[in-house]
Formats: sequence, C-alpha cells, structure tokens
Amino acid sequence: MVVGMTMETFLQQLINGLSVGSLYALIAIGYTMVYGILRLINFAHGDIFMMAAYFTYFGIAVFFLPWYVTFIITIGLTMLLGVTIERVAYRPLRDAPKTSLLISAIGVSFLLENVATYLFSGKPQAFPEFPLMTTPFFIGGLSFQPVSIVIPIVAFILMSALLFIINKTKIGMAMRAVAVDYDTAKLMGIKINGVISSTFAIGSALAAVGAILWCMKYPSVLPLMGVVPGLKCFIAAVIGGIGNVKGAVLGGLILGFSEVLMVAFFPALTGYRDAIAFVILIIILLFLPNGLLGKKQVEKV
Amino acid sequence: MKETQNSIGAYLKLHWKTAVFLVVLLIGIGLADIFVDSYMRRLLNLCAIYVIVSLAMNLVNGFTGQFSLGQAGFMAIGAYTVAVFTVPIESRAAIFYLEPMAPFLANIQLPFIVALILGGLASVVVAFFIGSPCLRLRGDYLAIATLGFSEIIRIVFTNTQSITNGALGIKSIPTISSLWWTYGTALLIIIATVLLINSTYGRAFKSIREDEIAAEAMGVGLFKTKMTSFLIGAFFTGIGGGLFAALLGTVDPKQFYFTLTYNFLLIIVLGGMGSISGTIIASFVVTLGQEALRFLDEPMAFGLDLPIFRPGLRMVVFSFLLMVIVLFYRKGLMGTNELTWDFIAQKYRSIKKKLSGKKTSTEGGGN
Repeated sequence: MVVGMTMETFLQQLINGLSVGSLYALIAIGYTMVYGILRLINFAHGDIFMMAAYFTYFGIAVFFLPWYVTFIITIGLTMLLGVTIERVAYRPLRDAPKTSLLISAIGVSFLLENVATYLFSGKPQAFPEFPLMTTPFFIGGLSFQPVSIVIPIVAFILMSALLFIINKTKIGMAMRAVAVDYDTAKLMGIKINGVISSTFAIGSALAAVGAILWCMKYPSVLPLMGVVPGLKCFIAAVIGGIGNVKGAVLGGLILGFSEVLMVAFFPALTGYRDAIAFVILIIILLFLPNGLLGKKQVEKV
Repeated sequence: MKETQNSIGAYLKLHWKTAVFLVVLLIGIGLADIFVDSYMRRLLNLCAIYVIVSLAMNLVNGFTGQFSLGQAGFMAIGAYTVAVFTVPIESRAAIFYLEPMAPFLANIQLPFIVALILGGLASVVVAFFIGSPCLRLRGDYLAIATLGFSEIIRIVFTNTQSITNGALGIKSIPTISSLWWTYGTALLIIIATVLLINSTYGRAFKSIREDEIAAEAMGVGLFKTKMTSFLIGAFFTGIGGGLFAALLGTVDPKQFYFTLTYNFLLIIVLGGMGSISGTIIASFVVTLGQEALRFLDEPMAFGLDLPIFRPGLRMVVFSFLLMVIVLFYRKGLMGTNELTWDFIAQKYRSIKKKLSGKKTSTEGGGN
C-alpha cells in the first residue's frame, strides 16, 4: 500500500503523470481525427510515431544535424508519410467493405514495423541525450526533469492551435462537416480528398512532435516502440469519446495519470503497468460505450 | 436398418468423389506419417495447426464479419494450459527453479487430450469476458480489445512466476510427433466448421456479416449469434495453441507476440475471407512459403554479396504480400467460394473456353 508517500513525491508523480498523459494525448488526437472522418482505426498511427522517432534519431545521431533542423525535417517527413499512407493504402479502398480497410491499416502497420526492423535492425538504439532537457532542477526539495515540464507546455500549445484550426478556419470547418456527414459534405462541394489528406497531415505532425518529446523522456528507439503506445492512445481516444479531439486529450491525461499513480501507489503492480489501459477500456465499453465526451451514435440504415 | 443403409448408399452415390478424396487424403497422411523426416514432419504438423487457427479466425472474421485479433492470446492460453498440466511432475522442480510451482498445481498431471480440451475451454472463458462488452457495440472495438488482450495475456504470463514460470517459459513438455494428432484434430475441426456454416447458425453468421441491421430485423439475435461464433473460434484457437505447445515441447511468452496473429490474418486474406477451402489452401501456402523463403533472411551464399539479403527481409516480403492482396486482389484465392467439385468443373470449363477463345481471336486477355 502507500509506503512512504510524502507530499513531495506525490507532487512529483503528478507532474510525471501530466507529462506522460500529454504525450498520450498528442498521439491520441491522430487516432480520433482519422476515426472521426473515415471511421477507421488507423493501426499504422503507432508506427508513424515510431518512424518519426527514427527520423529524429537519424537526424541527430547519424547525420549530426542541429536539433531544430532535425525537428523540422522530422515533422515534414512524418506528415509526408502519413499522407502517403492514406493515398496509397486507404484511398483505393474507400468504397470497399470496412474489413478490407481495417486489414489494409494492419498491413501498413505490419509493413512499417518489418521495414524498420529490416533497415534499422531490431535492436534498440540509444537516443542522444539532451542535457538541457534531462538535467534535473530543484524547486523546494522537489527534483524535476525539465522535459517533464516542457512536454505538457508544448502539448498545450499544439492542442490550442489544433482547436483553433478545427473551430475557426475554413479547413477545420470542412473537417467537421465531413465528420458529421461524409456524403452530404461531398454534395456541398467540399473537397473530401484534401480534407482527409490534411487530417492525416495534422495527425502525423502531432505524432511526430509526440515522438520527439517521447525520445527525450525515454531515450531509446526500436522498431516495435510504436505498438504499445499506439494501442494505449487509441484506448485514450475511446475513453474520451472517439471522434472528439477534446475527448482524446482528456482520455490521454486520464490514462497517463492512472498509469503513473497506480505504479506509485502499488509498486507490486509495476509489471502490469501496460495492462491498466485495457482494463480501463473494458470498463468504459461496459458502462460508457460512447466515452466521456462522445455523443450517442445512432446507426442509420 | 435397411432405411439407414439406403440413405448411406444414396449419400455415397452423391458424394463419391468426396469420399474417394477423403480416403486418399487419409492414406496420404498415413504414408507421410511413416516416411517423412523429422524436419518435414514438424513443418506438416505446423501446417495443420495453422489450418485450425486460421479456420477459427475465418469463422469469426470472414463468416461473421467481427474483427478479432486475439489469436495469439487464445493460442497462448491453450498452449500454457497444456504445458502446465502435462509437464511430468518429476521434472517440474528443475523447470521452476526460480520459484517453485504453486502448490495447488504442483501435483496435478493430466492426459494430453484432457489438457488440450481444458485449454480450449479456458480460451472460451476468457473470450466470454472480452466479448461481453465488445460484441454488444457496433464498430471495431473488438479489434482493439482483442489485440490488447493478447498483449495483456503475455504480460500476465510473464508475471505469474509460480504458475507459468514467467519469462523463462516451460520446457520439456511431452511432445507429439505423429501427424495424426494435428491432422486428426484439423479434420474434426474442418468437418465441424463445414457443418456449422451450413446450419441455421452459419446462415445467421453470414447474415450478420452482410448487414447487421437487416439481420436484426429478420430476427437474428445479434449479440448471441456473434458471441456463439466468437466463443467457438476461441475454443478452436485454444486447441490449436495446445497442439502448438505439444509440437514445440516448450512455451514462453515471446512465442505469442501479437505478430503471430498477423500470420493468420495473411492466411485468411489470401485464402478468401469466408472460404473454408481457401483457408486450408492458404495455410499450407503461407506456412510452407515462410519456410521456403527463409533464404531471404540469410546473407547471399551465391553470386554477389548484396546487402539486401539480411534478417527481416522475409517478413518485409510477407507484409508487402498482405498489402498487395488487400489492395489489388481483395477476394483472395477463393473469395467466399468453396472448392467443390462443381467449382472445379466450372473453372476447368472457363479456362478451356478461354484457351480456345484465344486461338480464334487475336485479342485474348484475362488472367
């Protein structure tokens, strides 16, 4: 049970939970946006995240580019990857049965994992450390890694920007329209393909930022690193209400806090850290199948 | 008495080709069982296990249209049940050297067949708990929940040291080497699946796949029917996992990584979602193909030493194949057709027609 949990360590855990939760939120947004528009679990999203981590790794540790150049290239390449995946693997199947689309998503995910294993080997690579981000500093007896503070701040800024795009710009309005009714939006003259491409671009860009921040916090990259975060972040999106961006953020934070606090309060359960997301998923599906902020969906004939 | 004889006679008259085929098949298995070497024997056994698990997956995914990705997890349950209950008691102390086996299990040893069925039943129990929340909802929650489950079950098996021996796994499980265990089970399961698909239940499964709302309107109980299919699938998969453990003689959590599931996905997509015979053919093609393409993972032994051939290439080829099939040959080998005698005759006729058509006209397209 609670062993020697002081106020300080509790605060520290809260900050930790906030940063983990913000990372989950950044990735979960990509899932929820794609699901909102295509009704598709984009299984490849976790692997897009993994590829972004490798892009950053290669930029900094192999090509020795300055970090700001690397970040820009990473975000650019990841957006390109996301848009290409949609163009090649999802667009031709848009009128196919849902199962085909889902299999295609799994196929892309599997292909990316195998290509990464083939090209970069299955061994984990050490991500270069950012002393600026990892050297702990102290406030009133509490030690913090700067990265734990930076992550929520960056995430908050990006999410505000995203909400601005969705709610105030023309493309955001088009996205909302497509999410509400695909066919009607098409009839109203909205360029569906452009909207879907920009959805994938935005989702992938957020995943890229998530990957960069993730690697600062957990400095190692490997081909299967996207699998578990991917699954968890989809669950985060379901917790918040799939299709709802604010819900994805809320779900990500809830998941981050529950994981960190569970391990802090019950150290014996450390081995089960990755399992808690699925327990929460089952509970949510049983009692609140539309998530916390989701609307009740009516299936139409 | 006379009546039954008559009906058997009539049945044989109608299905004599199938009967001959079955007899030939059984003789073939018998001969293979006597003559093949241990490498080929293991491979053929693996083919049969893949047939079982893929068939179970196709029952849920292809015939009922529910997207389950928990095969690796259900196999793990079946495999561990067999492992825990069949390992000889005297060798348990040596296997569980880090932490002794839990006392309530330490002295129980069951015959293989009992442990096998128990493994299937354990899968069913777990499937019930996953299915109850997910199958009530429309949408793809089952996919994510089952994929998540197969990750959790690995975590659980890694952490329950006194039951599953954690990450070390369980070794010296009594092995099966005869082909009859796997092929006998596979045949039973194929027959059961064919009977199931052609029954009222099978038609209900397919109606859900085609249109849930229409099926519900026609009086098909959605949840109950989906659950039936999911539980039967889990039972077969658990059995497949049990045979897998007995074939390899050792289990550890790493064998049941979720990528195992993707093998079966490739098989059912290649064979055709909703085709029993397609699944069987594809199981052999994929299992033997994975073995045949092993050279891709090794540095080139002949000619130029290209760095293209190195570990991982084989899996790239296989995942690429999955993508190509989904994008360009969505129906797979068989679509929802079955390899019946009529189907073969029809194909034969159409090929013959095409060939003769080619001779007369200069434009002879087709594949």
